[in-house]
Amino acid sequence: MSVTLIVNGARHDVPLEDARTTLLDVLRDRIGLTGAKKGCDRGQCGACTVLLDGRRINSCLALAVSVDGAEVLTIEGLAQGEGLAQGEGLAQSEGLHPVQAAFIAHDGLQCGFCTPGQIMSAVALIAEGEAGADPERVREGMSGNLCRCGAYVGIAQAVIAATRDAMARTGAGAAAAGAGADAAPAPRPETAGNAP
Amino acid sequence: MKAFAYLRPASVQEAVAAAAAPGAAYLAGGTNLMDLMKIGAAAPDLVVDVTRLPGLDRIETLPDGAIRIGAMVRNADLARDPAFAGAFPAVAEALLSGASAQLRNMARVGGNLMQAPRCAYFQDPASACNRRDPGAGCAARGGETRGHAVLGWAEGCIATHPSDLCVPLAALDAVVEVMGPDGSQDLPLERFHPLPDARGIAAPLAQGVLITGLRLPPGAARFAPHARYLKLRERTSYAFALVSAAAMLTLDGGVIAEARIALGGVAARPWRARGAEAALIGAAPEAPAFRRAADLALAGAGVPPRRGSGAGRRRALRRERVQDRAGRAPRRARAGPSRPWHARADARAARIRPRPHACRSGP
Repeated sequence: MSVTLIVNGARHDVPLEDARTTLLDVLRDRIGLTGAKKGCDRGQCGACTVLLDGRRINSCLALAVSVDGAEVLTIEGLAQGEGLAQGEGLAQSEGLHPVQAAFIAHDGLQCGFCTPGQIMSAVALIAEGEAGADPERVREGMSGNLCRCGAYVGIAQAVIAATRDAMARTGAGAAAAGAGADAAPAPRPETAGNAP
Repeated sequence: MKAFAYLRPASVQEAVAAAAAPGAAYLAGGTNLMDLMKIGAAAPDLVVDVTRLPGLDRIETLPDGAIRIGAMVRNADLARDPAFAGAFPAVAEALLSGASAQLRNMARVGGNLMQAPRCAYFQDPASACNRRDPGAGCAARGGETRGHAVLGWAEGCIATHPSDLCVPLAALDAVVEVMGPDGSQDLPLERFHPLPDARGIAAPLAQGVLITGLRLPPGAARFAPHARYLKLRERTSYAFALVSAAAMLTLDGGVIAEARIALGGVAARPWRARGAEAALIGAAPEAPAFRRAADLALAGAGVPPRRGSGAGRRRALRRERVQDRAGRAPRRARAGPSRPWHARADARAARIRPRPHACRSGP
C-alpha cells in the first residue's frame, strides 16, 4: 500500500504500512512538513487545515490512502507561490504570502500553534470569494479554526485586510487569494448547475 | 483506533458485495466515521471507501422534473450550486449552518444521513449505550441531557439526529435511494431514521446497504419563495442545533395553500409536524396562525426525566416558529448565521444588565 501526493508542487510517493495513517500523519511524519498541526485530531480545532485539490479540509480526518493522487497545499507552500506580498519590512524580506504578511501586520497570533491552519483557512476563504470583507461573514467563514490564545480580533482584522488587498489587486470581489494556481477554487463538478 | 483493512471498490455492485460482511463500514467524507473510530465508538474490520464510485457525484434533473443528488456530492458543493440553492433555499441554508467550511468540503450528503448522534454517552465507549451496544442500558437517562430529544424518544434511547440537511429534506418529501444485496430501493427520508423503543434503537440500514442518492420530487421548488431554515445553538457558529426548523409555504390569494414544517435537534429523526401543517392551510400567514401551529407541532413534546432545559427549548422553538413569517422575501443562502436569530440575540443581550457585585468595593 502506498500513496502518491503532490505536496506544494512536489511529487511524493509514500509507502504506507497502516491504513490508519491520516493525511496529516503523512505530511508531518513522512514528508517532514510540520506546519500543519495536530491539535484535537478530531476535526474540531482546524489546526491541521490544508488545501486538498484547492479545498480547505481537516487533514486529521482524511485517510491518506483515500486521498491518493491529490494535490495538497500546506503552509510551507504558500511563501513559494506567486503573488507574494509587495509590502515592506519583514513581509518583503521574507517573501511572504499576502495573508501571512497580514497576520503579522495585524497581530493575528500569539503562541502561533493554530496559525498555519488559520492562514490556510483564510487563503481558502478569500479564494471562495463569498465572505468579502464583511466582518460577520469572515468570522463565520473562519469558525472552523479555533485559537486558544484568543487572538480572534487580530485574526479577523488580518483576514479582512488580506481580502481587501486581494479584491483591490484583481478589481473583483470574487478574487483569487493570490496563492497561485494551487489555491484556486476547485472546479465545480461537471454537472453542477443542472438543477432547475 | 483499531486496525482495519481498506478497500476502494470500482463500482456500486462491488462495494455492496464487499460491505455485506459484518464488521464492514462505508467511508465517504470521513468526518463522522474517522472521529468515531478515533474515540473507539466505531471499530470496523473493513473500511470500504465509496468516495470515488462513478456516477454518485452529480446533481441532475430527471426527465420527470425530480432533482437527484448523488450521495457523494459534497455538502459545500450542493450549497454553492446556484441553481440548486435558488430552487431550495432552505436546504442551502441548512447546509451552510452546519459544521465548518473545512468539514463541509469533506462531508458528503449520503454520509450526512448516516451521522451518529452527538449524545456524549454514545460517544464515550465507557458509558452504557443501547445504540452502540444493544441491551447495555442508557447512561444518558439521569445524565446531562440538554441536547436530547423532546419528541419521539423512548426509554431505550433519547439521542437526537444531528443533521441540519435532513430537516428541510424531510419537509420536501425527499426520497433516499439505496442499493443493497437485494437490489435498489427508495425509502422516504421522513421515516428513514428509526425511532427508539424501550430496548434501544435500530440502525437505519441493514449491513452493506449503500445510499446512492437523494431525490426531491417534481415540483418541490414551488416552495422556494417562502422557505427558511432557522437554527438555535449555543454559540453563533460551528455548533449542532439545540433546535432547528425548516418551514415552507405556498400562498394563494393571500392565504396559505400548502405548508411544510420539519423540526431538527428534537428527535431521533427530522420531525415532520404534519398536524401543524394541516392547521395552517387556508389561514392568513400571520402570527396567530403560526403560534397555533407551533403549539400543535409541540403538543406531543415531553421531556425525559431529569432533563432541565426542555421547557426552555420548547419555548425557544415556539418563538422561532412565530418568527418564520410567510411574507418574507426569498433570500439567497449566505455563509453566515441566520439574521433573525442574530437580531434577537443582540436584543436579548441588550436587555441583560450586569448585576452589581456584592463584594465590589469603591465609590
